[in-house]
Amino acid sequence: MIETRDLWVRFGPVAAVRGLTLRAETGGWTALIGPNGAGKTSALRALAGLVSYQGKVLVDGRDARKLGRRELARLVAFVPQKPETPPDLTVAEYVLLGRTPHISYLGGENRSDREAAARALRRLELEQFAERPLGSLSGGELQRAVLARALAQEAPLLLLDEPTTSLDLGRQQLVLELIDTLRGDGLTVVTTMHDLTLAGQYAERLILLDAGSVVAEGSAAEVLSAPNVAAHYGANVRVMEEDGRVFVLPVRR
Amino acid sequence: MGVAAPRVEAAPRVEARGVGLRAGLVTVGFLAVALVVGLAIGPVHIGLGAILRSALSYVPGLHVHQPLGVADHNILWQLRAPRVVLAGLVGGMLAIAGASYQGVFRNPLADPYLLGVAGGAGLGATLAIIYAATAAGGRWTVPLAAFAGAIAAVALTYVLGRSAGAARTTGALVLAGVTVATFTAAVQTFVQQQHTSVLQNVYAWLLGGFSTSTWSDVAICAPYIAASSLVLVLHRRVLDVLSLGDDEAASLGVDVARVRLTIVIAATLGTAAAVSVSGLIAFVGIIVPHTIRLLVSTSYRAVLPLSLLAGAGFLVLTDVLARTVLSPQELPIGVVTAFFGAPFFAVVLRTSRSMR
Repeated sequence: MIETRDLWVRFGPVAAVRGLTLRAETGGWTALIGPNGAGKTSALRALAGLVSYQGKVLVDGRDARKLGRRELARLVAFVPQKPETPPDLTVAEYVLLGRTPHISYLGGENRSDREAAARALRRLELEQFAERPLGSLSGGELQRAVLARALAQEAPLLLLDEPTTSLDLGRQQLVLELIDTLRGDGLTVVTTMHDLTLAGQYAERLILLDAGSVVAEGSAAEVLSAPNVAAHYGANVRVMEEDGRVFVLPVRR
Repeated sequence: MGVAAPRVEAAPRVEARGVGLRAGLVTVGFLAVALVVGLAIGPVHIGLGAILRSALSYVPGLHVHQPLGVADHNILWQLRAPRVVLAGLVGGMLAIAGASYQGVFRNPLADPYLLGVAGGAGLGATLAIIYAATAAGGRWTVPLAAFAGAIAAVALTYVLGRSAGAARTTGALVLAGVTVATFTAAVQTFVQQQHTSVLQNVYAWLLGGFSTSTWSDVAICAPYIAASSLVLVLHRRVLDVLSLGDDEAASLGVDVARVRLTIVIAATLGTAAAVSVSGLIAFVGIIVPHTIRLLVSTSYRAVLPLSLLAGAGFLVLTDVLARTVLSPQELPIGVVTAFFGAPFFAVVLRTSRSMR
């Protein structure tokens, strides 16, 4: 479980996150949604310890500030929107870098690190790609390699910043399905997301941010109402519900 | 793409390539050949067999008879050997420092002189040549002044870069380096203009070379170079993590700012020590690491150790060219590194695609 209490993230005079208090339950999928500039990414980066913040981030009840950087990295894995994938590294080498928080500062990988990386490769069906350079992979394979690297970290929390950006419709679903199956292992997932329909279908809990604060939270049916979307995105939408699924459709004014 | 969770299966080979046996042997062989060539070639002919027996005569317990006369012995062990060893130390240092700077700044054009080392060393040496050539330090005055100048310039760069804000530390640091280099160059030009009589001495130092190298030069810089290289080689995996970018490295538990500072300090100290005994030798820090990247691997686990060895061999061979091409005249070694290095690197660039 990861939670924040009165979290503030400031960039100079501008506060991107203002007094945010949220909680992502163990084994659940929580999506941070909201218009551009709402503070989704800043909040996620604060959870990962990548920006300085005021307030508290608690990982399983422990103050993230008091955890060392390495200890935090053993608990929280983070996948940025556009991960760097050095084209000459092999998939295995790249996934092994995910073991860094378990390896001493100037040390090298040992057998248990190689086994963990191999498990991550198997989990994402990348065994046959292990010795291929990242530069030779297709977009979908690369996405799996990135997830495998995060998985090799063996952190119980996985944070993903816009995991579906710049993917076509089919690949968006593939990636989200993949993340969903990883949850079967007890992983807690927190993502930022732009597509409200997809967010509503994959995440159990949505947290709608606007101007750095929570304005609505709950299930898709509770959060994704037409008035909510109109008020915070300034968008004209029709919201449909079918078989318990919520669809947010843009409608021309 | 369903993801089942298969239990135990044939495990994929999950290992990070290191130096690799073949690349390692080739590089060590290259260095060995360079060292032998460096010892064997010169105006006075000394055969390979004689060199080998002469070397073995120093190994206790072997009872090999010293084959060389006093003159040849001195030429080999007091003139050529320190020169070869020093060129090897400096070449290895410049190459590994260049590779490290490129990793830490994630900029393929970063070189060991990036943060003002060259400008500071040049100014320090110039001031020493002009004002203190006869001072108490004797022949150590110039190298010590160069070393101090290099460290002072980098310290200034660092303070300046920090004041520009922590948000974009690497960019600010590089800009600060350019600022400091420009400033030291201006001061240096001004000082030279005021003392045209010593221009030749200043230029001779700036262009660099090993024509006057002695064992004491080796002794003065070797500890710094050894310590610096060791620290850098130990960071080879960390540099691979940094290649994922600051955010990902940080989310993997790496203290990016501290690692960057550690590597910059180590590379700078080693470079300053090398510059103080050799002058400014351009291009080694760029050409050697990139040759390794193109021919072997871009992983720092390969690039750092191989750059150290190949850089040493490269500069030893370059020095042989510098002292033989126009013999008995000597070419400045910096001219040779660029003159032969640039076309060599062009060939590597062109052929690397087909070799991998």
